Amino acid sequence: MTNPACERWHLLLQADHDGELTASEATDLMVHLAGCAACRAERDGLAALSEGLRALPRHAAPAALRAALTRQAAMPPAAAPPRPRRAWAGGALGLALAACIAAVMLLPRAPDPDAAAIASHIRALQPGHLTDVLSSDQHTVKPWFNGRLDYAPPVRDFASAGYPLLGGRLDYLAGRDVAALVYGRDRHIIDLFVWPSDQSGSAEHVASGYNTVAWNGGGMRFVAVSDLNMAELRGFAALWGDAGR
Amino acid sequence: MADTDDASRFARIALPHLDAAFSLARWLVRDAALAEDVVQEAMLRGLTYIRSYREENPKAWVLRIVRTTAFDHMAQQRRVAEVPLDHAAELPDPQRSPEAAFADAEGRTALARAVAALPDELRECIVLRELEDMSYRDIARIAGVPLGTVMSRLWRARQMLRGAALERQP
Ligand SMILES: [Zn+2]
Repeated sequence: MTNPACERWHLLLQADHDGELTASEATDLMVHLAGCAACRAERDGLAALSEGLRALPRHAAPAALRAALTRQAAMPPAAAPPRPRRAWAGGALGLALAACIAAVMLLPRAPDPDAAAIASHIRALQPGHLTDVLSSDQHTVKPWFNGRLDYAPPVRDFASAGYPLLGGRLDYLAGRDVAALVYGRDRHIIDLFVWPSDQSGSAEHVASGYNTVAWNGGGMRFVAVSDLNMAELRGFAALWGDAGR
Repeated sequence: MADTDDASRFARIALPHLDAAFSLARWLVRDAALAEDVVQEAMLRGLTYIRSYREENPKAWVLRIVRTTAFDHMAQQRRVAEVPLDHAAELPDPQRSPEAAFADAEGRTALARAVAALPDELRECIVLRELEDMSYRDIARIAGVPLGTVMSRLWRARQMLRGAALERQP
């Protein structure tokens, strides 16, 4: 059985097992293992489990999906006239995917990250997902993003106006890491996504029971998402305007 | 506008990792048909993201889009109905030692069930590490969590899986 005194060795044991240990850590671990039967048993247990896991099935992609993607990879450059339907004639799935891709190609430039923000907001509302850094102090939240993002998002607390900062997290929108600032308003949660963008224009949406207000300022795109009513969400956005965005 | 250049460039990046993409989706959503939906949608999302693609590791980039899509599906499903996990009944077998617990077909079936019953975040980490052979750093990027979180999630996942194996002994 596991010795509680050995707990500090566990993550090292695991890192060694996963080939992630530095040479000096490996040396320390070897010395400990030589004198500790419990940790040797732990190591053997990890090895046995890995062997079992690696024998589990990796599910191969359905052939139709592969065929559709293969054809897509072989599509002629834009200069040559594309043969949309013909190029995709690969079963119902291939056609469905082709139709979707055709639809995407008809969309205006760039996907709508504003809309993707709603999905991220819903995902974040699952237990344990809301914040990576839990703090109402903007001087704690702002530096937390240092080194995690290649830009510095503005962070402000609006507790005095009834929109307290609750924390922040790293999120992922439109293929890039973005800052998500989390605010409270009574019992509602507001996610504010901030990323550098040359996009312009403000927008408001209502979708899936969530309100979205988007604006830009200072070279950043701001998208606030919440189940809060639109009037109060606008009030939140206005605070950023007053703060100089 | 996403044009055929983007589409074919994206497909060339994604194609070598299509099986990994599907396998990850399959393990995450635990349903073959849903996994297919997830991968299709991920491929569309990836196509729209291709112009911001500047990752050094294409597999990690593709898997990150797949996992994000899968977690979106899972979150939306959870909103519709809070479905309890189907914890599979374990078959006790008095003859086995812990080390032999995963060695035969029956043991592997039980192990697959135990993986499926793990919390989503733990299942994601263990599948990326053991089945997709991703490094801690890549797992951190894919799951969007710090390295230390990856290590503790992996440890917890492994303890739970070994615990499930031990439960099979009387
Ligand atoms: Zn020890």
